[in-house]
Amino acid sequence: MSNSYDVIILGSGPGGYVAAIRAAQLGLKTAIVERENLGGICLNWGCIPTKALLRSAEIFHHMKHAADFGLAAEKISADIDAVVKRSRGVAKQLNQGVTHLMKKNKITVHMGEGKLIAPGKLIVNADGKSEELSAKNIIIATGARARDLPFAPADGKRIWTYRHAMVPPEMPKKLLVIGSGAIGIEFASFYNDMGAEVTVVEMMDRIVPVEDADISTFLEKSLVKQGMKILTGAGVEALKASANGVSAKIKTRDGKTADHDFTHCIVAIGIVPNSENIGLEMLKVETDRGHIKTDGMCRTNVPGIYAIGDITAPPWLAHKASHEGVIAAEAIAQSLGNKDVHPHAMDVRNIPGCTYCHPQVASVGLTEAKAKEAGYEVRVGNFPFIGNGKAIALGEAEGFIKTVFDAKTGELLGAHMVGAEVTELIQGYTVGKQLETTEAELMQTVFPHPTLSEMMHESVLSAYGRALHI
Amino acid sequence: MPIELKMPALSPTMEEGTLARWLVKEGDSISSGDLIAEIETDKATMEFEAVDEGVIGKILVTEGTDGVKVGTVIATIISDDEDAEVSAKPAAEPVKSAEIVQMASPPPAPVPAAVSAKSGDRVIASPLARRIAADKGVDISTLSGTGPKGRIVKADVEAAGQGAPAALASATVTPAPAAAAPVSADENIPHSVTKLSNMRKTIARRLTESKQQVPHIYLTVDIRLDALLKLRAELNDSLQSRGVKLSVNDMLIKALGLALVQVPKCNVSFGGDTLISYERADISVAVSIPNGLITPIIAGAEAKPLSTISTEMAELAARAKEGKLQPHEYQGGTASLSNMGMFGIKQFEAVINPPQAMIMAIGAGEKRPYVVDDSLQIATVMSATGSFDHRAIDGADGAQLMKTFKELVEKPLGLVA
Repeated sequence: MSNSYDVIILGSGPGGYVAAIRAAQLGLKTAIVERENLGGICLNWGCIPTKALLRSAEIFHHMKHAADFGLAAEKISADIDAVVKRSRGVAKQLNQGVTHLMKKNKITVHMGEGKLIAPGKLIVNADGKSEELSAKNIIIATGARARDLPFAPADGKRIWTYRHAMVPPEMPKKLLVIGSGAIGIEFASFYNDMGAEVTVVEMMDRIVPVEDADISTFLEKSLVKQGMKILTGAGVEALKASANGVSAKIKTRDGKTADHDFTHCIVAIGIVPNSENIGLEMLKVETDRGHIKTDGMCRTNVPGIYAIGDITAPPWLAHKASHEGVIAAEAIAQSLGNKDVHPHAMDVRNIPGCTYCHPQVASVGLTEAKAKEAGYEVRVGNFPFIGNGKAIALGEAEGFIKTVFDAKTGELLGAHMVGAEVTELIQGYTVGKQLETTEAELMQTVFPHPTLSEMMHESVLSAYGRALHI
Repeated sequence: MPIELKMPALSPTMEEGTLARWLVKEGDSISSGDLIAEIETDKATMEFEAVDEGVIGKILVTEGTDGVKVGTVIATIISDDEDAEVSAKPAAEPVKSAEIVQMASPPPAPVPAAVSAKSGDRVIASPLARRIAADKGVDISTLSGTGPKGRIVKADVEAAGQGAPAALASATVTPAPAAAAPVSADENIPHSVTKLSNMRKTIARRLTESKQQVPHIYLTVDIRLDALLKLRAELNDSLQSRGVKLSVNDMLIKALGLALVQVPKCNVSFGGDTLISYERADISVAVSIPNGLITPIIAGAEAKPLSTISTEMAELAARAKEGKLQPHEYQGGTASLSNMGMFGIKQFEAVINPPQAMIMAIGAGEKRPYVVDDSLQIATVMSATGSFDHRAIDGADGAQLMKTFKELVEKPLGLVA
């Protein structure tokens, strides 16, 4: 078997393995290099297993409220180890799925640690052995890892990253979560539902700071009602782990500093790109604070080298990585003579973001504040879950759907939702934005009744003073 | 096996074009390098060169058909030992021919604002693009799209009003009246109806936009040409051995370039809520071509020697007349120059080419009575009129430019220093 390929992909996460499949579909001789598990972080230690955990939490939540629905359930309990075991099983199933997809598409898998050694040449190290591979094109998809607190790196015992939080050695009693982005808030929500006493510390003046301000306000109120303690505009100045707990020195918004004791702490303060020791410096690939710089076709400054996913610019989302994987594979196929592919750069404003805490959050496009900052005159629509029949019937009357339109052209600039199942609803607005809808087409679309999705229609009507059910 | 001749892509972004003219007919022998057809887009006309050898089998798309998608089979070529009839294949997609279009056009129905009445063809555009086009009074059927499968999207409509990428114009644009509805001819007056080429439609659209959206002011000066004509003769004498012959226009291009750099307030573009000030003068020079007008650009005219300007202009004008200019050679520019002197026009006001903010219109140089030191003499004088975008340029600055231009022409040694 020759070690020469049309394209080699370094990393098999949602960016890498999708790029490999697309490349294979386009008839390119493809290889993929993976140092840990096929499917990368997303499938094995990220998106997927956390959704499995959150599902257990969701069902536990419903079990606790069984009486509300005319049902009886006694001796309700949760076994954290069993919950974790299920999530590991889900991860394993998907990992096997990716293995099967690689085989089906005849993509050669090289397990080991890969590194660029020269233009078009990669070396893969595994079990003390080295193998040299060559390719006309290389896609770097090595992803990212959790950022540590500089003064208190994760130890896996008392101070956790997302990875430890997914396979906890024990159920935390008092949990400190540092950082309220999607990862922090999802774990806070999970552990809160599972019975821990949770405190969230966020440096910015509101939680989930990338979302619309109205979402942050609503979510905070809801989480506090569920028993969480939330400190915004606050920072952890020191963190000390001991045999049976962790002590944090927290400076709150009022400027006062105090010591607080917890049993465990999850650090979710951002990511660090995996750009060390893969040969970037030697090949003079340009980076910006560790992230590889790319253009709309995922090309780096070095011809023949592409980069996708978390190793590049934000948003650091799996679906963005996957689409970049497709773009890079098509751009490579085009460069090799394929005249039937037409890769198109993605519009960042059309990439949705979802947070799977309870209640869920989902959004796409500009927040109201960012739209106004950009100079738009806006029309804003808002529809609360309490006005929707299905939401009430489900017992999920908490939430709202907000839409932001350009008053001049009717362009849908952004949509922001919080409440049950909104992560499944957001695709409707995303499809609309991709097709360059105006409010007219959305108003003319017939949404099915009774569904939560009708609120998407009502929110658009609301933006134009025509909401029917509120 | 017959070789299929497919509609070529003349540029990486071309999705469709007009098969303007066949240069061969069925049964003609062709060899590699022969010119087979003229393909037209809204930007230029290019000649389609044969790659293969053989005999033209069947012509599948008639002359004058537009909207021919790149990749459509337009003709077949057979190698010498095959039979034309046997090898002809019906076109893969239904193709509308020019004759059918002509029959359908009179009398045209009134055009609803946002939808194009492009010979019954549906214009593929996003809802947002349609609405913005309607608000801006842009005829969406004249645009080419960069969306999936050539769909016209918002970005294409926004780029339509601007030659160069200007800042997002957040100034309130009062919705312009919809693109003028086609006029139906009075059947009692003998007439003929010709379908406009993409170039003519684009010219019409851009001129309308300019007159509707740019407040023009006009400033005229009379300029004595005697010194310039004398210098030109002397220079051409010296340049003969280098094969260069300067025209008056070449020298006026340089003069305008220098004037703009000396009065930079006139070398600008109105950007909605910004003013773009250019740091060099790229002069778009109006060149008349068969069936239209195009403006090849002399970049950095203020710094180029006259002989360079002359050689470049000659080369660009020749290729312009053949429709062979590359987009970067006629799109852009910071100001324009238009000369109607050769037609004997005494003085005229030209239409500004947005996003530029000025255009200099040159009239005929003619012997006129001229007062010099209180005595009446005869001088060769031409009238030059500058049209200025009053949103970007004040009257006083426009006047300063005209004064500077006049001085450079009347004291022409400054053009060679």
